[in-house]
Amino acid sequence: MKIHEYQGKEIFRKFGVPTPRGFPAFTVDEAVDAAKKLGGSVWVVKAQIHAGGRGKGGGVKVAKSLDEVAKLASSILGMQLRTHQTGPQGQKVRRLLVEEGADIKKELYVGMVVDRGSQKVVLMASSEGGMDIEEVAASAPEKIRKIAIDPAQGLADADADEIALGIGIPQAALAQGRALFKALYKCFWETDASLVEVNPLIVTGRNQVVALDSKINFDDNALFRHPDIAALRDFDEEDPAEVAASKHDLNYIQLDGNIGCLVNGAGLAMATMDIIKFYGGNPANFLDVGGGATTEKVTEAFKIMLKTPGLKAILVNIFGGIMRCDVIAQALVDASKAVSLHVPLVVRLEGTNVELGKQILADSKLPIISAKNMADAAGKVVKAAKQ
Amino acid sequence: MSILIDRNTRVMTQGITGKTGQFHTRMGVQYANGKSCYVAGVNPKKAGEDFEGIPIFGSVKDAKKATGATVSVIYVPPPFAAAAIDEAVDAGLDLVICITEGIPVRDMIRTKDRMAGKRTLLVGPNCPGVITPDELKIGIMPGHIHKKGPVGVVSRSGTLTYEAVGQLRELGLGQSSCVGIGGDPVNGLKHIDVLRMFNDDPQTEAVIMVGEIGGNDEEIAARWVKDHMRKPVVGFIAGVTAPPGKRMGHAGAIISGGKGTAQEKLAVMEECGIKTTRNPAEMGKILQSVLR
Repeated sequence: MKIHEYQGKEIFRKFGVPTPRGFPAFTVDEAVDAAKKLGGSVWVVKAQIHAGGRGKGGGVKVAKSLDEVAKLASSILGMQLRTHQTGPQGQKVRRLLVEEGADIKKELYVGMVVDRGSQKVVLMASSEGGMDIEEVAASAPEKIRKIAIDPAQGLADADADEIALGIGIPQAALAQGRALFKALYKCFWETDASLVEVNPLIVTGRNQVVALDSKINFDDNALFRHPDIAALRDFDEEDPAEVAASKHDLNYIQLDGNIGCLVNGAGLAMATMDIIKFYGGNPANFLDVGGGATTEKVTEAFKIMLKTPGLKAILVNIFGGIMRCDVIAQALVDASKAVSLHVPLVVRLEGTNVELGKQILADSKLPIISAKNMADAAGKVVKAAKQ
Repeated sequence: MSILIDRNTRVMTQGITGKTGQFHTRMGVQYANGKSCYVAGVNPKKAGEDFEGIPIFGSVKDAKKATGATVSVIYVPPPFAAAAIDEAVDAGLDLVICITEGIPVRDMIRTKDRMAGKRTLLVGPNCPGVITPDELKIGIMPGHIHKKGPVGVVSRSGTLTYEAVGQLRELGLGQSSCVGIGGDPVNGLKHIDVLRMFNDDPQTEAVIMVGEIGGNDEEIAARWVKDHMRKPVVGFIAGVTAPPGKRMGHAGAIISGGKGTAQEKLAVMEECGIKTTRNPAEMGKILQSVLR
């Protein structure tokens, strides 16, 4: 799960990670009030969307008067902010963060992720703040410092210092840098984060080390122990089809093709998308119905897929292990009737009770195109989608 | 021969009293030699009871002591599953197969760290389990699609593994063992570990390696194959069409920062002498083409 920058900074503060002072704003008036509360003469008005690259997209601006805060807030609120992560349609800005201006001497980068190689949390830092870490990794990998953190000990002082000095935090700010790294790791660990990024991390003119930005992703599987964090989920930032699917415990991702896919198992679901493409078609979605595909779940899945603009056909690919083919076949029949399916439906069933399942489909008299294996199914659905 | 498990393996089920644990223990007992292999269950609150004749013990340690079981399979719910692995490791079992899906990554980081230097091997979590056809089935895979033979199967996914096995069966090819290593980023055995075992297993003549987007475990395994594998390996990577930044079901199946794409993995595998296909319907066929 992702959260907004301002929410991330509130979490940072709880763990003692220094951030600029700031307040979220949902309206222009709230933005001006926030600036008044902050005082001073320079403010930063920042669009709050989940995608990165907001500055380059025109979603982050500096204001030097309250009038200017109002002007910027009204132009940014409601805009379709386009960044390299939003796709061409952009993302509508509904929230702002108004912050005090910062005196930036140095821009650095620090991030933490779960590393599959070491099976630990890895801290990555670089002297090249403000840049995408992927870009730095490609163009100047020697500028990235990394350390795998011992889960039993936590981040050691010596390791924190080495990283801090390595990325150019001055000696005078070393103790602060160390404290920030340690607080950030504590934050990562205790909130069950899957990614924490501060880009840029800044050193100010007075040698303060401050998190000027925040990005935190959380492990969905651990949200059950963090109801306060789960409550920060912003449904406006997510694809409506994916939100609807998640309410029915369906694992759904919208893609841009015209062939809907309903599959059991994540690996087989990806392979099904791949084979559709391989046969010259275009998948409209990734959908893993999981191990318990009831009539209710299949009906919901059909409803969600049928909302896809330009949907031409649906492919159901089930390899029943624990899921019995007769059960899924009955669910398909009932769901097809419930939603009055208007696109061709190709079904490939294999595994436990497959003969029973095929019989149920045949007896239903529904215009279902049945396929004998994956290749046959892909060929038939691609053909159906082209007609 | 086979790898990891065979007819002489003695298994305990951790989480034997839950609905999932009961169902799959029953299926395991009914498969081939399962009746003599499944010897114990564990539930701290139900020690002294039994499940369809299988005695239940209060701890892994007690179950091991009383029955000689050296392998456990875990169906414990996600919040408690990592602790269940810890218990099996502390009891000094040889192998733990964790089926549970949805374990918090932090729990697994801590568990993996505790396992360092211990003898216990871990398969999973979030995996279908391990089967040695006609001998023993530990996990949730459908037993009836498998048959004994020369092909080793190792995979990060569940149903896609069944797909590969189904294709082999259509071609009349059986399997030595099939290992689902699971879709989580922090897990036990990796592709490379299972390939090593297949390399040393006299029954295995060729291996299908099924991977998916995310991480670089397939690349690491491929480089090892190039230098050490004495048997042909073929491969498929799911997710050629997956967009970056979207998690495809499995916690590990995500392309991040341009890394972990299917194209990259397939290219490295090809370079290392692994015959690959981009058509998941042809996994069985390419395996057949390399069998001597």
